[in-house]
Amino acid sequence: MHLILFFLFAGFCLAGAINLLWQTHPINSALSLIVVMTSLAVLYLLLGAEFLAIAQIIVYAGAVMVLFTFVVMLLNAGREERTLGSRAAARVGFPAVVVLLAVLATIILRAQGLASAHLGQGLTSDPNSSNLVLLSQVLFHELLLPFELTSVLILIAILGAVAIARREGSEVGGSERTAEK
Amino acid sequence: MSFMQHDVPLTWYLLLSAVLFSLGVVGFLIKRNLITVFMSIELMLNAVNLSFVAFAYQWHAVKGQIFVFFVMMVAAAEAAVGLAIIIAVFRTRATLAVDRIDLMKL
Repeated sequence: MHLILFFLFAGFCLAGAINLLWQTHPINSALSLIVVMTSLAVLYLLLGAEFLAIAQIIVYAGAVMVLFTFVVMLLNAGREERTLGSRAAARVGFPAVVVLLAVLATIILRAQGLASAHLGQGLTSDPNSSNLVLLSQVLFHELLLPFELTSVLILIAILGAVAIARREGSEVGGSERTAEK
Repeated sequence: MSFMQHDVPLTWYLLLSAVLFSLGVVGFLIKRNLITVFMSIELMLNAVNLSFVAFAYQWHAVKGQIFVFFVMMVAAAEAAVGLAIIIAVFRTRATLAVDRIDLMKL
């Protein structure tokens, strides 16, 4: 069962990622990225990370991708023009990617003592405890300060996004905008 | 049935993560649209998250999963600011093609 689910959703993941590169229209790329993120959520579930699976769907496949599709539609982004790209990317970039993948694969395949994932087994085997209990105990006791700091970070990001995306000189153009209405 | 009992080695998860990361890098290099370049960065972040979760499973470490949670939060903030920057760039240059956004190029 685990094997079937893994192959199914790993296949979805790879197909989505390749489709993201293949498509020329940004909205198609965005939709295939949603496929990648949703199937990654299923893989998290197989690895016993229920909370992260739900957070992945809500935060990534939900919030972040809504932002992406919103911006694609707002800017009316059309088909991208295929150019040759930079020479540095072709000469240094692609060999570097191949080398990176080869090195990573070699390290992973040579690694000793990697366990195999068993369905329904997470961070703990204690029946009275669960992954979620463990996670919340560490997150809200030991790491409470970093957790609260991320909320401040999100707030700053919202303010920054509004400040950057605001129309230039909107104080001056205030009357102009009401005139547009 | 022995096929149903089969476990998946963590090596495969890590290989999937490495392949996804490489695809993200390739997308970053070949894509010519600012938004899809940004999407490739998100793909790389997701690939790294997968290997974090796999290693958290291997070592029974809660903090690995919590790190992924923080990465997600930072990625959400990054997406908001990055897309705002893309809107600002589009407003001033009226294009999303990375070849035409070359003001800082030497």
